[in-house]
Amino acid sequence: MAIAVTLKLAALTALILVVIGLPLAHWLSFSRWRWKFLVESVVALPLVLPPTVLGFYILVAIGPQSPLGRFYIAIVGHPLPFTFEGLLFASVLYSLPFAVQPFVAAFEQVDRRLIEASWTLGVSRIKTFFKLIIPLSVAGVVTGFVLSFAHTLGEFGVVLMVGGNIEGVTRTVSIDIYDEVQALNYAGAAKTALFLLAISYAVLLGVYAMNRKVWTIWPQK
Amino acid sequence: MASEMIVAIQKSFPGRLSVDASFRLPLDPPTILILFGPSGAGKTTVLRCLAGLEWPEQGSIQFGDEVWVETKVGTRMPPQKRRIGFMSQDYSLFPSHSVEDNIAFGLGELDAASRRQRVTEVMALLQLQGAERVRPNQLSGGQQQRVALARAIARRPQLLLLDEPLSALDAPTQSKLCGELRSLLKQLAIPSVVVTHDWAEALTLGDQMTVINEGRVLQTGTPQEVFSRPRDAEVARIVGVETVVQGRVIDSSSGLSTIDVDGTKLMALADAELGLDVFVCVRAEDVVLETLGVGATSARNHLAGTVREVTIMGALVRIRIDCGFLLSALVTRSAVEDLRLSPGVPVVAAIKAGAVHLVSRGSRAASACASA
Repeated sequence: MAIAVTLKLAALTALILVVIGLPLAHWLSFSRWRWKFLVESVVALPLVLPPTVLGFYILVAIGPQSPLGRFYIAIVGHPLPFTFEGLLFASVLYSLPFAVQPFVAAFEQVDRRLIEASWTLGVSRIKTFFKLIIPLSVAGVVTGFVLSFAHTLGEFGVVLMVGGNIEGVTRTVSIDIYDEVQALNYAGAAKTALFLLAISYAVLLGVYAMNRKVWTIWPQK
Repeated sequence: MASEMIVAIQKSFPGRLSVDASFRLPLDPPTILILFGPSGAGKTTVLRCLAGLEWPEQGSIQFGDEVWVETKVGTRMPPQKRRIGFMSQDYSLFPSHSVEDNIAFGLGELDAASRRQRVTEVMALLQLQGAERVRPNQLSGGQQQRVALARAIARRPQLLLLDEPLSALDAPTQSKLCGELRSLLKQLAIPSVVVTHDWAEALTLGDQMTVINEGRVLQTGTPQEVFSRPRDAEVARIVGVETVVQGRVIDSSSGLSTIDVDGTKLMALADAELGLDVFVCVRAEDVVLETLGVGATSARNHLAGTVREVTIMGALVRIRIDCGFLLSALVTRSAVEDLRLSPGVPVVAAIKAGAVHLVSRGSRAASACASA
């Protein structure tokens, strides 16, 4: 049960991050706005902030006392914290740098002259993004997707703060492990922990192998 | 009003030289304009302003009835709207796309069938058949240049902008493609601006030529005019070749050609086709002056003539000699004193066959663009 919740959460988080992360990364890569670094720092904040701190602020921000929380209640009818949607919202924020930073790194590798060539061929900026920049950055986009997926798999502090520990709804694998240990059920905890370790390792293997192009046995041009 | 492109732009770069250039390009009939100058002269900046990739701080670019840039009223037409073909020095082919997809990249407005047809057409024109599915980095430099050209002309641009179109190629490929490029540009009949620092390229390709140095336009005219009558010492130094005359190949055997220039015969170290009309180019520093009656030398060309003009240019002196055509020679001041060179004095000009360069403007290019 916890595994299903975790996989669903990680997959949805990674998907949402691709959708909002690509435009954000494009802006971060190509904007010449002088205060851009302010946004860059905010995006990177989850890397250094303790998950409990982030979780606490998210909890307050989406709680029924806040404008955002009241707005959500007005539309959906129930508060956001301690639901799967609330957890998803927190996960997206928490994993934001894991998606956006690989995207930015890939976009910045794209030769400006190629982009200019596309413009002189009459292709608009937005079409250039989809027809040229994305195909040239596939490895970075996949890396961002996979890293945010893997990062969400293992999150603990934010989940506990925002999602609580509701069986079948917000109880993820990492919380399940904590519960098992609390209940002195080390065998159960070991099984789940091994599962998480195996998935994380497999995912990272995939990313590194892709970036090194190890499975191109014949010379790919 | 005859249709033309009128350019008058200023752009400065912190810590580097600024560009302040004005010139015109007749659009009807379509004209090929050469922007000529040493590297770092600002030619590429001018070209990028024409493409809409840089914005001049002041000035205007008008293309026929279209206003592309007018800084006074803040008009800035983006590159996408200018309907141009732009080819950068390194070609900027998309490594992620096949040759076919590169060429079709700008044809998004066409439906699939006409897009395919246009790609086939352009690939045939540039002899790229069979390379459809190949990635650009599998092609030779010459083929890459063709793909870049094909991509630039596929949209039927109203203006073609080429930045050093041949400089990325090795010398033999350059001379081969230069003649081809001329016939292609003539066949397409698209007004073009070509940036180059190679005099042979300029002579082969250009209808008009604008010499730029340190961001400023120094001289404009037909290439032959500019080369043979540089406005001042600076232009002469930049173009490097001061004698450019028209001639015809009358004999050619074992790597040596004889060219007839208004009745004077010149030997050149080149394989040229009989009957071909060529530009004969001689650098002023390659001409040796002798007084009459000196014995045999290894130089193959000895032209008797009279000194017409003596111009002092620093340590060197430029002598113009009338030997059936006007020939420029660059000699030292002491040589002028020893030979007592002054207008009216008879003199013999000796030129090695290897210093006589032939530039062909025919499509059957013999040794076009093989600049020294």
